[in-house]
Amino acid sequence: MKYLDQYRGTALVHGLIHEIERTVKHHWVIMEICGGQTHAIMKSGLDQLLPESIELVHGPGCPVCVTSLEMVDKAHAIASHPGVIFTTYGDMLRVPGSREDLISLRASGMDIRIVYSALDAVKVAQENPDKQVVFFAIGFETTAPANAMSVLQAEKLSLKNFSLLVSQVRVPPAINAILGSPGNRVQGFLAAGHVCTVMGFWEYLPIAEKYKVPIVVTGFEPADILLGITKLMRQLEKQSYAVENAYSRVVTREGNQPAQGIIEQVFMECDQKWRGIGMIPASGWRLRPKYHGFDAEVRYSVAEINTNESTICIAGKILQGLAKPYDCPVFRGECTPAHPLGATMVSSEGACAAYYRYGRPI
Amino acid sequence: MCLAIPGKIIELYETNGLWMGKVDFGGVTREACMSYVPEAKTGDYAIVHAGFALNLIDEGEALETLKLMSQIDMKDIPE
Amino acid sequence: MTESVLNIEGYMCPLPLAHNERIVLAHGSGGRMSFDLISKLFLPAFDNPILRLGDDAGLVTIRGEGDTTLARLAISTDSHVVSPLFFPGGDIGRLAICGTVNDISMLGARALYLTAGFVLEEGLDMETLQKVVASMQSAAEEAQIRIIAGDTKVVQKSKADGLYINTTGIGLIPDGIDISGSRARPGDDIILSGTIGDHGIAVLAARGELKFETDLSSDVAPLNGLVAAMLGAGREIHVLRDPTRGGLATSLNEIALQSKVGILINEEAIPVRPAVQAACEMLGFDPLYVANEGKLVAIVEQGSAEETLARMKDHPLGKEAAIIGKVTENRQLHVSLRTAYGTTRMVDMLSGEMLPRIC
Repeated sequence: MKYLDQYRGTALVHGLIHEIERTVKHHWVIMEICGGQTHAIMKSGLDQLLPESIELVHGPGCPVCVTSLEMVDKAHAIASHPGVIFTTYGDMLRVPGSREDLISLRASGMDIRIVYSALDAVKVAQENPDKQVVFFAIGFETTAPANAMSVLQAEKLSLKNFSLLVSQVRVPPAINAILGSPGNRVQGFLAAGHVCTVMGFWEYLPIAEKYKVPIVVTGFEPADILLGITKLMRQLEKQSYAVENAYSRVVTREGNQPAQGIIEQVFMECDQKWRGIGMIPASGWRLRPKYHGFDAEVRYSVAEINTNESTICIAGKILQGLAKPYDCPVFRGECTPAHPLGATMVSSEGACAAYYRYGRPI
Repeated sequence: MCLAIPGKIIELYETNGLWMGKVDFGGVTREACMSYVPEAKTGDYAIVHAGFALNLIDEGEALETLKLMSQIDMKDIPE
Repeated sequence: MTESVLNIEGYMCPLPLAHNERIVLAHGSGGRMSFDLISKLFLPAFDNPILRLGDDAGLVTIRGEGDTTLARLAISTDSHVVSPLFFPGGDIGRLAICGTVNDISMLGARALYLTAGFVLEEGLDMETLQKVVASMQSAAEEAQIRIIAGDTKVVQKSKADGLYINTTGIGLIPDGIDISGSRARPGDDIILSGTIGDHGIAVLAARGELKFETDLSSDVAPLNGLVAAMLGAGREIHVLRDPTRGGLATSLNEIALQSKVGILINEEAIPVRPAVQAACEMLGFDPLYVANEGKLVAIVEQGSAEETLARMKDHPLGKEAAIIGKVTENRQLHVSLRTAYGTTRMVDMLSGEMLPRIC
């Protein structure tokens, strides 16, 4: 595939690894904050090639994992309404709420449908005028333009039976929170290339300046990731803290202006709870009051639901680098290494769960 | 958040007031919304996420990046 | 959870639920959950030495007087519930014939007879049924088997996706053939008969829910001819498996568990069509987990791979066959994959449904 295969070459990868080895003289803790990058690193085993002095930490970069328990429970409550067709991106099906998940709700007869595009959810609403269609609009900034467009389209088509359950999260406030937390060990960031495709990288300049931490916008193919790490290492070794762009074939400083315009029109910033972490100020987007007619939280008045985080949840400590994925208690005790029940996590095979499955010692 | 792949725009058209296009990912084609890349022409490559083209791929930058990566690669590698 | 202080280290990946109380779609996707359902519910209930062998077909020995072996039979059954009924490259009828013929063939048996049971949905177009039956006869001729018994039931509207078919097959295992999922040995070579993922992606495209188009066809085909050609090489074949639902990865994991060995495969050696690759990239799938209906994996005695491979490549269904890996001594019974970069990663069984991802 064009623009994909060329960035996977073995010669490129080995060359970049050698350059990283030549450059690195100290121990560095760096973080990537994108589920897609975690997956790419684990799938190619890049972490096995990097020198040991680079400690690569995986940040809260999967919108599926960080969707708050309250929001997941709200989704389940809405999906349980008879007469509702609940549409969602595939990843969300397996995410456990306090009591159940969308899979078990589907098994008990609820109409729950996977869509690939937010516009497909709008189509479902057009094709089922006698039902209420709710779309679970989750995602980072990458998905916000798509989710926003579904609202505008529904408005244009005067659909009365379409609404959005919104759980949008933003990366820069999360980076701020991580860097600002006591005990933070992260010294450099690989910024998520597709988030920056939409938003540009201008938002990261004040962060790099404030915390004196280098940030490199990085892509997803093996050579892209290693180029990002190379640039980060070069900066760290010479104590610079600039924002660099290693994914320039799709990322520019300003990002996609039409997309940002639509986001601005449809969404407004809000405080957002991140599952397992807590409330990060201004880290989310919600529908503007003008679009409350399409807000499922308004339409269904899902009041404060009694949430109950399962006690067998995997304890992270990953951000602190105090535990590595294979220290995860799931792999000890009653779950044998050959049968990691549930360790495949929420996304498709080896996606966000990548480091739990791929990272097991052989 | 990040599963987006490059594809070639092979058709552009309007549906229900939205600017849409057909994208070829190399043996698989799918419709994608082109509203965020109004400057797109057929033959251009775009990065597509969840049925939306998020940006066009800059061929010049793509080649520059490859060049940068392989220049690093071409340095003497001690055996 | 009200806190003014952020608990950054509390970030965790929420563990998915176990789904033990009800059947969910994942129980049928051929992966870990299907495997568990079989091993925890069905096998203990039906327990007997034949089932305990764990292969796709049951091996039955017919004994004569004085405890002589008159014949060894391979018997297998398969139910087909595919939607849509017709897809590029095949249909539910062809699938029903080939699926069972293939299961029989994986024991090295010569497939002879099939039965066919139909569950028809009220309202099913007669023309549709005629087409399916014609396709079944055509596949039966291709596989050189005969359909000798059958059954028909009709259920109320919306209870059968149009049509479900069950086929049960019988084959004769030639003398001297001992092929089973438990016979893989460290040092054995692993051969794959062709490209993976064609069927799963073709059917997914035909279903239309994800609205993508492709020229891909299902690879559904009867493999008994290919198996006969391979056995004719006279070399030691230890294991044969057709990687259907759950994909190549699941089949290899099952074999590793059955044989109590490890498996190491080479990513670069595994043939994948560009269109399958593209669809998987778009949806976030891994071709290793996508269903096939006309491919097999052969695990052969060390040193005999090249000859078996040559035989396979001579056959129309084995043209793209390749040696993809080796059986190892790995006592953790894992399947590992070596990437193009020389790194290794684990390849687990498919756990549940494959879900398209945005993350």
